[in-house]
Amino acid sequence: MTKVTMTVNGRAVSGEVEGRTLLSAFLREGLGLTGTHVGCDTSQCGACVVHVDGQPVKSCTVFASDVEGASVTTIEGMANPDGTLGRVQQAFQDHHGLQCGFCTPGMVMSAAALLAENPKPTEADVRHYLEGNICRCTGYHNIVKAVLAASGQDVSGLAAE
Amino acid sequence: MYAFDFEKPKTVAEAVEALSREDAMALGGGQTLIPSLKQHLAAPSALVSLTGIAEMRGVCTGTDGALCVGGATPHAVVATEAAAKYPALAALAGNIGDPAVRNRGTIGGSLANNDPAADYPAAVLGSGATIVTNTRSIAADDFFEGLFTTALEPGEIIVEVRFPIPQRAAYAKFQQPASRFALTGVFVAKTANGVRVAVTGASENGVFRWSEAEAALSADFSAEAIEGVSVPAEGMVGDLHGTPAYRANLVKVMTQRAVRAA
Repeated sequence: MTKVTMTVNGRAVSGEVEGRTLLSAFLREGLGLTGTHVGCDTSQCGACVVHVDGQPVKSCTVFASDVEGASVTTIEGMANPDGTLGRVQQAFQDHHGLQCGFCTPGMVMSAAALLAENPKPTEADVRHYLEGNICRCTGYHNIVKAVLAASGQDVSGLAAE
Repeated sequence: MYAFDFEKPKTVAEAVEALSREDAMALGGGQTLIPSLKQHLAAPSALVSLTGIAEMRGVCTGTDGALCVGGATPHAVVATEAAAKYPALAALAGNIGDPAVRNRGTIGGSLANNDPAADYPAAVLGSGATIVTNTRSIAADDFFEGLFTTALEPGEIIVEVRFPIPQRAAYAKFQQPASRFALTGVFVAKTANGVRVAVTGASENGVFRWSEAEAALSADFSAEAIEGVSVPAEGMVGDLHGTPAYRANLVKVMTQRAVRAA
């Protein structure tokens, strides 16, 4: 076991990990941050997406030791400081961008990364960027709508499907 | 996953030393290796992460005008930083996997793995790039040795890849929609010395150069120039996504698309 130290949601944290400990396991089991979901565990579904130094990564396919010293943001870090839902989270609620909610943490993290890179994405941009996030409930339409709404664009013309 | 020691050296020399340990393996971005470890397809004694080696990260221009890409450079960085100098390469890098995969996966890791459906081998072979390791330089034509096999010796590290800049180039990928790997992908590069055509995803032996198309395109760089040539279905991959004959046809179609896009 070795000690790993990083910043998670603005808080300095450390813990003992094995070489094979995944970042997703460190967050969930080491820190109790179970908002990061592990779906497929094969880097396909995207439920485990978190930001490492501002960039989205699949935390089930990164070793905790490999991000020693990094700044990590999880879904628990996406709310506003007063505890209300953040902009992207609120848009998912407003536009019904989730049903069972399992994929939502990863969707929100990927969507936030997209908007940081591209503040006014087109619908095609959103669909392309979310290729690595799988949802089995919504058919994606309301997720795309939520992301566009979170970017401040008018989504009233997007038909509900 | 079986247990292993994790090491993260800061220099190539330290990495070479760490990799000299029996059954140690190099770790790039881990986007292929970590899923393989989970399936118990590999059981290293130690993983040596190459992502902390500053000299192996980033994109630069060499004195000969070539584009140099550090072996531990993630795809997302190549997609951005190579865009001005080698747009065909940047576009290829920007369409590997998905955004989260591109932030971790590295060019060196992709090339060392030589997955028969990976994108980068087509760019490297199609460009006639040079793979620079800690011990030598290897021409792309000598590097790829078939399915998941390369000229790399045990413990040898891809430090940098050097791409000569072609006059025109493009990559056309027919994407397997679930995995986003290439069902067939073709990289075409027109250089002062002729045209190179490299095909990934199609052959049972991994990436290959399609010499008949190269000859036809060197004489006439147009999609119509290869109307009369074709690759045999024999030796092409057949699986639930497509038959060998389907892939053989895709090779030609994607070559024509790449020529039109170049």
